[in-house]
Amino acid sequence: MALKSLPLHEYLSSGHRLCAGCGEGVTIRQILKAFDEPPIICNATSCLEVSTTPFPYTAWRTPWIHPAFECTGAVVAGVEAAQKALIRKGRKKKWDVVLALAGDGGTHDIGLQALSGALERGHKFVYVCYTNDAYMNTGIQRSGATPKAAWTTTSPAGKVIPGKTEWQKDLMKIVVAHDIPYAATASPSYPMDLQRKMKKATQADGPAFILALAPCPRGWRTPPHLTIELGRLAVQTCMFPLYEVEKGQYRITMKPKRKLPVEYYLRPQGRFRHLFTPKTRHDIINDIQAYVDKKWQELQRMEQLTQP
Amino acid sequence: MMARKVLALNGDEAAAYAVKQCKPDVIAAYPITPQTIIVERLSDFVADGELDAEFIAVESEHSAMSACIGASAMGARAYTATASQGLALMYEMLFVASSFRLPIVMSVANRALNSPLNIWNDMSDTMGARDCGWIQIYNENSQEVYDFTIQAFRIAEDHRVLLPVMVCHDGFVVSHSTEGVEVLSDGEVDSFLPPRDPVYPLDVEKPVTIGCVGVPEYYPEIKYQQEVATKKSIETIKEILREFNESFGRSYGIVEEYRTDGAEVALLTIGSISGTAKEAVDEMRAEGKPVGLLKLRLFRPFPIEALRKSLSGLKVVGVVDRHISFGSCMGGALNMEVRAALYEMKDRPHVMGFPTGLGGRDIRVEHFLKIIDELLMIAEQDALEEEYKVVGCRGPGCIGP
Repeated sequence: MALKSLPLHEYLSSGHRLCAGCGEGVTIRQILKAFDEPPIICNATSCLEVSTTPFPYTAWRTPWIHPAFECTGAVVAGVEAAQKALIRKGRKKKWDVVLALAGDGGTHDIGLQALSGALERGHKFVYVCYTNDAYMNTGIQRSGATPKAAWTTTSPAGKVIPGKTEWQKDLMKIVVAHDIPYAATASPSYPMDLQRKMKKATQADGPAFILALAPCPRGWRTPPHLTIELGRLAVQTCMFPLYEVEKGQYRITMKPKRKLPVEYYLRPQGRFRHLFTPKTRHDIINDIQAYVDKKWQELQRMEQLTQP
Repeated sequence: MMARKVLALNGDEAAAYAVKQCKPDVIAAYPITPQTIIVERLSDFVADGELDAEFIAVESEHSAMSACIGASAMGARAYTATASQGLALMYEMLFVASSFRLPIVMSVANRALNSPLNIWNDMSDTMGARDCGWIQIYNENSQEVYDFTIQAFRIAEDHRVLLPVMVCHDGFVVSHSTEGVEVLSDGEVDSFLPPRDPVYPLDVEKPVTIGCVGVPEYYPEIKYQQEVATKKSIETIKEILREFNESFGRSYGIVEEYRTDGAEVALLTIGSISGTAKEAVDEMRAEGKPVGLLKLRLFRPFPIEALRKSLSGLKVVGVVDRHISFGSCMGGALNMEVRAALYEMKDRPHVMGFPTGLGGRDIRVEHFLKIIDELLMIAEQDALEEEYKVVGCRGPGCIGP
């Protein structure tokens, strides 16, 4: 697969109202490049939903439905079941891929139950969580996906408490625990890795899950031109490792040649500014580094452990 | 006409049997007492190959409604059933279903709401959901449950309506009481209910965006259209009722009058309690008292004209609610609605509310006799002292159990 061989279609048209430098727009555009024919999309309430469908306009060239925030797992289940029944009864001709799109709030937090139910029941669908680490649509509030120490409007870097005090929820572990055929992390900064994973996801015999990191200039307090670079740094510092779990088998798909210190990822971001000014909080940065190292080792061990 | 089959079915089984004959494509449901028998029977039908449908055993009622929304948006015939807490959990999605104009049919076995936990019958659940944009039909017995479940699909899917329908029956009193139900043949149901003809399904060939953002510049018109459609649906409902009656030898109306000829006072009831109330009316009639009864079948859309017509000429109406709308001016929603509907009528009757039967409290003929006594007294005095009085309850000012 080569970059130049990707289809020219744009199922998400230009002219949508996502911010300049928005990681979601880039991610979804790449996600949709993995399809030869339009999927049926079920979108959770999110920036993406709001910015692409201001009535009477729509940016979607695919069938698209957005009922509410926390229900995406259940909506795809209904769409998938309907498709099965309609094809069986001869009222629909061909199978269309069912694609769920939701942010981290709609997946890690409020939508977790519906997602878990749908994974457990084994519906055939691809679920893409584009995480930007907080509730950006409502104005940067902390979610289960917000990394430790990050500033958000509900985990402010105050005089006493330095940003979010808890670690990010390891959603992949929760998803993988459902023993689904395919789960992977992805990043728009590594487009071909994302393409390969999406292909596998669409071909999986059952539920497939993709967790894609979509940097948010507004919420991360970063300039728009750094979006793709931050995605790279997230991978190279192992803050957001790229890996896949195929039928229980772990595989790290992007091993950094030189694993960078987490500071490389944290320093450019305004949401971590309080770790560097007025004085550098080595205690917190070291804490994050130790945690990231531990998780990275854990992931490498899982890769070894699950070798066939 | 060949005699029809009569099956011994409780209300839940009657609903499930009707649903099976309506051939839904997708059923998404979560078990909750007293609705459970419906999902059990439907699971049986699917497992035994008697019903070709996808049964999604979802992990919550919120997901049940969400899955129905997804399925219905695909053009499938979708069905679910719930009660009480389950309906409350669905609340958010009820608005979405009606705003998407999806013809989902849902049975509700009416049950009280927590707290305290109570699995028994009242109508706190569906009365609380009365403003969600769903058509609401209330049934008195298993036969009505069966007949109106079939009609519900036809009403919902009619292109002049395109609204979801709640088919309600009282928990336990109807859901778990076995009665003889005259069922239609599969062919008869097929002839009455053609396959669904979806208007704008999710389709790759003809992509549509469903569930967009509606800013203040557009939102009111969208809601206004929804209101117009809901109000107008009453004419289609009447038409479908007439067709059902004529085709299958029934005699349903959206409002049912019972011994109202020459009546000066009347009870206005909803659901299974109507049966007990009719007994009381009979007793009073035997004593020569001018008493009648009006049973409401349709609560949404509210049948204003039919109600005004039926209630005109009466001196007093006693509205029997099966729930309390806390802090409201009239005790229960039904009473509020009836009084509001009659307000602009010349020579309107006095209207008093009697919220009763809360959380499954048994309401017997004697309670209705007491209510009727109150109504007759109001008629005699031509004055109403209280807006409502709770019946079947220990407490000051209540009519005791």
